[in-house]
Amino acid sequence: MLSRSAVIEHLPRLRRYARALTGDRYAADDLVQDTLERALSRWALLRPGSQPVLWLLTIMHNLFENQRREAWRQVDAEQALAELAARPEQCDGLVLADLARALYRLPEEQRAVLLLVALEDLSYAETAQVLGIPVGTVMSRLARAHTRLARILDGEDAGPELKIVK
Amino acid sequence: MKRPADENLHALADGRLEGEARREAEAWIAQNPDDAERVAQWRQQGRALHALFDPVREESMPARLAALPRPAAWRAAAAVAWVALGLGMGYAARGLITPAPQPELVLLRSAAVAHAAYVPEVRHPVEVAADQEAHLVAWLSKRLGTPIRAPHLGAAGYALLGGRLLPAEGGGNAAQFMYQSATGQRVTLYLRTGEKSNTGTAFRYAQQDGLAVFYWVEGDTGYALSGQLEREQLLQLATLAYRELNAAH
Repeated sequence: MLSRSAVIEHLPRLRRYARALTGDRYAADDLVQDTLERALSRWALLRPGSQPVLWLLTIMHNLFENQRREAWRQVDAEQALAELAARPEQCDGLVLADLARALYRLPEEQRAVLLLVALEDLSYAETAQVLGIPVGTVMSRLARAHTRLARILDGEDAGPELKIVK
Repeated sequence: MKRPADENLHALADGRLEGEARREAEAWIAQNPDDAERVAQWRQQGRALHALFDPVREESMPARLAALPRPAAWRAAAAVAWVALGLGMGYAARGLITPAPQPELVLLRSAAVAHAAYVPEVRHPVEVAADQEAHLVAWLSKRLGTPIRAPHLGAAGYALLGGRLLPAEGGGNAAQFMYQSATGQRVTLYLRTGEKSNTGTAFRYAQQDGLAVFYWVEGDTGYALSGQLEREQLLQLATLAYRELNAAH
């Protein structure tokens, strides 16, 4: 059963995923709050034996999808970076600011899969469950996300680079 | 040795490969530096994502998230909500979250509304047509209180149809230039003055229901280029408009 303490235990993780997904501090916390409200009103639907965190991530993903359909969607990588003040500058020689910019140039469906697997450490099957897609689709989206991200970071995929206009 | 399936190499990078398949994939990359490099890059992405976003878990919890209902209230609320199927609760939650409109979102919304209002017009898409361009630009400059220009998008296949004056949200005036391609596709450039830019000239992009908008602020003028186009196509037009507007003249 989903207890209050279980939810609190997962809150930091939900916030991390929401932030990475939306790229915006306020949008992320709105999403977390909506997820908690929804979970609160539906907890009776949580099947015994299922993992609360997967259920919460599923709710969050559905809300995110709905919001995307309804609302103006904008991800501003510079803003997202500015709000991540505590991050280190680099990791493995990779400039994290470059990674963040590349991340928000991925299609959202690829970004979600990459984040659930690489950041949330979900299995392919768990990722498929959260996103409501087949495992094969998880694997192909993940492969595309890996490859595209590497290309962007290598500078081979300049894409719609906004600074060029200056 | 046969090259493992791509998906196995990705799974290896993610630490999701087990048993024989894993031994095969590891043996392969030990002898194939190109694939080893790829797998290393993908692993690096995972570690870097952690480095980037793990700090979020340590951030102090905003009050609205920390204030979860107490256990008893939680259960009671859940029971009520279950019966009511969430009726009303959604609205209550929504009420807490009404962000103040950012100036640039007003620009974006105004531009999108103006685009939707005038682009379908067959007989009167513009107030002043492009054959009186000099008059159009002088008139709009006067009414907006600042010299404005109608960038030429001919290089991208869009001809100026003309423009119109519009009331701006929050007072003042705004202008709309409309362009049309040989196939009849229309895009609009919306301008208004009095922007307080704190983000420089960053291009921003938004899209909804097939309408794409690039918007930016230059000096005290906000610009928004709207069209029912793919992002790449619209970016090309926005880039051209930006260059035209900033070209020496």
